[in-house]
Amino acid sequence: MHEMGVAQQIANIAIDAIPSEIENPKIEVLNLRIGKLAAVVEHSLRFCMEIIAKDTPLEGARVVIDEVDVRARCKSCGHEWVVEGPAFRCPACTDGTVELLSGRELEISSLEIAD
Amino acid sequence: MEIKIQKRVLAANETMAEKNRKFFAEKKVFVLNMMSSPGSGKTETLCKTLSRIMPGIRTGVIVGDICTCNDADRLKATGAVAVQINTDQFGGDCHLAAHMIEKTAKELDLDNLDLLIVENIGNLVCPAEFDIGEDARTVVLSVTEGEDKPLKYPLMFRLADSAILNKVDLLPYLDFNAKEAVDNMTQVHPGMPVFELSAKTEEGFEPWINWLESKVRSKI
Repeated sequence: MHEMGVAQQIANIAIDAIPSEIENPKIEVLNLRIGKLAAVVEHSLRFCMEIIAKDTPLEGARVVIDEVDVRARCKSCGHEWVVEGPAFRCPACTDGTVELLSGRELEISSLEIAD
Repeated sequence: MEIKIQKRVLAANETMAEKNRKFFAEKKVFVLNMMSSPGSGKTETLCKTLSRIMPGIRTGVIVGDICTCNDADRLKATGAVAVQINTDQFGGDCHLAAHMIEKTAKELDLDNLDLLIVENIGNLVCPAEFDIGEDARTVVLSVTEGEDKPLKYPLMFRLADSAILNKVDLLPYLDFNAKEAVDNMTQVHPGMPVFELSAKTEEGFEPWINWLESKVRSKI
């Protein structure tokens, strides 16, 4: 539901990162990393990105989303695994003190600008 | 030409949340972020909670809704200081963000408060993603919702420090399986305390109040 705000933040960060010496820059590819636990709906985000990008260097950019698995580590036995469902109990020792290693990412990794 | 960025999209919110957290630490105010879906009984739970913990614990409330001041009016009736945030002035946002808390907290006399409760917008999705600088999070689920809500909204329950299962007085009239709901919560977040209570009849309130009071006293 807050994808428009997220899209606006992404656009601000991306446009700020363009080196000032480039005249009429055009971003061709925007690479994002989004964890599977992040409260962002990919379809909505793409839709909002299109609207936000209009009349900016991001217009027409291809948005590439690297979806990041939810990974966890058991604090009790050290076992690491990919969490597939919404269950966060260690499959090795059934302990419940679990540390999240990944899955909450919502990051811009890079831009590709037309030469 | 590729330009590496490696920036978190919500970095601005996270920075503001850290600033809030430092500010609240200086003021020795414990901040609880209460979240749930609409209609789970957050406001009624809070009203009954306030009547039990005040004046021993001096409490202020920031309450978020898209529109209306109804909830703040209900909370003020308990004698607590309550400030309403209407997010329609921020574009009808579906969650409270750290900058809204920073702005609104200035309206409260924090030097004379021990506890600040933020009643977030009724929504199990977006508020989970936005740190506001709180010390703890409590999620409220009610027995008129589905037992599988924790599985459908794992981030909310995963990040909560405690949960309330509200409206248990209605259990005799519903097919709701309370044990299954609690199992689902602790599957997403093993070890999380879950308080089964009724804000209407106040049954089951003691463990919840004890948990909250011990958290607040650990900071002041």
